[in-house]
Amino acid sequence: MADEPERPEPGREEHEPHVPASTIGPFAFALGIALVLLGLIVSWPVAAVGGGIAVIAGFLWMRDATRELRGLPEGPPPSRTIDEDEADEEEGPARYPRNVFLEGATLGIGAAIGVVVTLPALGFMVLPAFTGQEYDPVDLGPLDNFPADQWVIAKFKSVSDEPPDVSRRTVFARNNGETQDGQPSFTLISNRCVHLGCPVQPQGLTEEGRTIDTEGGPVELLNTAPNGFGCPCHGGAYDTEGNRTAGPPVRALDRYEYSIVEGRLVLGTPFSVAEVQGTGADAVMEAYKVVDPGQHVDGLEAYFYPYVP
Amino acid sequence: MPKTKRRQQVEDVAMVPLDWLEERSGLVGATKYFLFRKVPAETNWFHTLGSATLTAFIVQLVTGVILAMYYKPDPENAYASIERITNDLTLGWLVRGMHRWGASVFIILLFLHMGRVFLFGAYKYPRELNWLLGVFILLLAMLEGFTGYLLPWDQTAYWATVVGININANAPIAGPFIADFLRSGTEIGVDTLARFYSLHMLLIPGALIGLITLHLYLVIRLGVTPPPWTEQAGGYEPTENGGKPARAGLVNPTPRGNGNGEVGRERVDR
Repeated sequence: MADEPERPEPGREEHEPHVPASTIGPFAFALGIALVLLGLIVSWPVAAVGGGIAVIAGFLWMRDATRELRGLPEGPPPSRTIDEDEADEEEGPARYPRNVFLEGATLGIGAAIGVVVTLPALGFMVLPAFTGQEYDPVDLGPLDNFPADQWVIAKFKSVSDEPPDVSRRTVFARNNGETQDGQPSFTLISNRCVHLGCPVQPQGLTEEGRTIDTEGGPVELLNTAPNGFGCPCHGGAYDTEGNRTAGPPVRALDRYEYSIVEGRLVLGTPFSVAEVQGTGADAVMEAYKVVDPGQHVDGLEAYFYPYVP
Repeated sequence: MPKTKRRQQVEDVAMVPLDWLEERSGLVGATKYFLFRKVPAETNWFHTLGSATLTAFIVQLVTGVILAMYYKPDPENAYASIERITNDLTLGWLVRGMHRWGASVFIILLFLHMGRVFLFGAYKYPRELNWLLGVFILLLAMLEGFTGYLLPWDQTAYWATVVGININANAPIAGPFIADFLRSGTEIGVDTLARFYSLHMLLIPGALIGLITLHLYLVIRLGVTPPPWTEQAGGYEPTENGGKPARAGLVNPTPRGNGNGEVGRERVDR
């Protein structure tokens, strides 16, 4: 076998590693080529000298490299004696050998590098999804566009600097007139079905739309007269307060907070609703932090979702 | 036929580069081991379903890499680039069609392969780990389908992904976090498409390649399972372990063999 201590027979030398003979050939050859390239730029004589060096060195290198193939004896093998391991085997006091230290150092430093590199990368992958989740206020235009007791579909951009393909949202708005204590009242229902997020449609005729310009972008307004809302995907149905009347949804439609600024209706943060009691200006409901469709916000099932990002 | 001297010389010349490679890498021997390993005599066409699945995966890799040269993963250009691939670019319709239909072929073949393994009992000892690896490959393949479905960025893609993410959101406890991670926020936004693209073409395929490599390694190490109607029961490894009982199921199945070719000896341990 190759690892037997004695020198192998001449016929078995092919099992030895083929160590190239130590020679200056490759370096001289490389120098010659470099001189040729340099000479092509600066002067022909330099290139000629380089070519000569390259040819001579290449010939010598090839002669050395093919020594074995031509059946000539190889140069002296590199002599190294590896018997220092034997000395380590002696009995002695307990100590901390070098290889254990190196093993620990390799694992420790490797782990440290891994953590230093991986944690920020993983954080960058995950954390942006959970930060900056606030909703921008959206200007829906002057109050004149929302006559009393009239449903208006408002299509707007939820984020002003995003392309409309990804940030266009729809809200169903109804001016309820005034509450009993004289405050203006609006019902603002999101069109996101709380089953699995498809857009619900008003069940009723919709008039031709008109578009008004606001600072956040154009807002399209369409008058409608629904007797409820329906979802095309899986048949969820809601009444005009957003309460579920049929189908798979698990709660009432989400609503929006709102404010009235200088005579304009401004949409605030959406919130989730379990059920709405009463109608119009007298509606009473509990507002929960907005959650994804399909999640319960009250009852036993709400315990499935104890943490909401 | 005795080799002529001329033929011997030609063979030697042909072997020089292979010998060079073998001495430095061992790859030639490894390839021979892979190609000429023993398989049961009664292998049949059902045993090709695994290779067929692998082929479908490689088709997806190749066509996906090419599609990535023309596809633009941002909301304003994605659909236009898909239209350009399909309608304008030479042969784009073909490559996109291969990728689109090949995705379904890949999933179908996965299930057929899984059915073969189940019905042949090939998931049993010592191959349980390979079944588990296969389950993870199936899950990642379905995740590939889910993430790839959004990329055309048309109405079907958008709303199917809305629904798919919200289904994920309904998982107890972790659901809301999974959904926010997939959307990169509370709503599908500008980052969602690029995120799905990265998952679809870098992260999940990388994991799939790793898992498939492990899967193949175990197939080669443990051998191919013969069909259940085989007559070859009681095989053993006669030479390599000195007549000791063979590891069950290796190359030849060993349901009852005691290593000496005797079959049907009673078990005494129960």
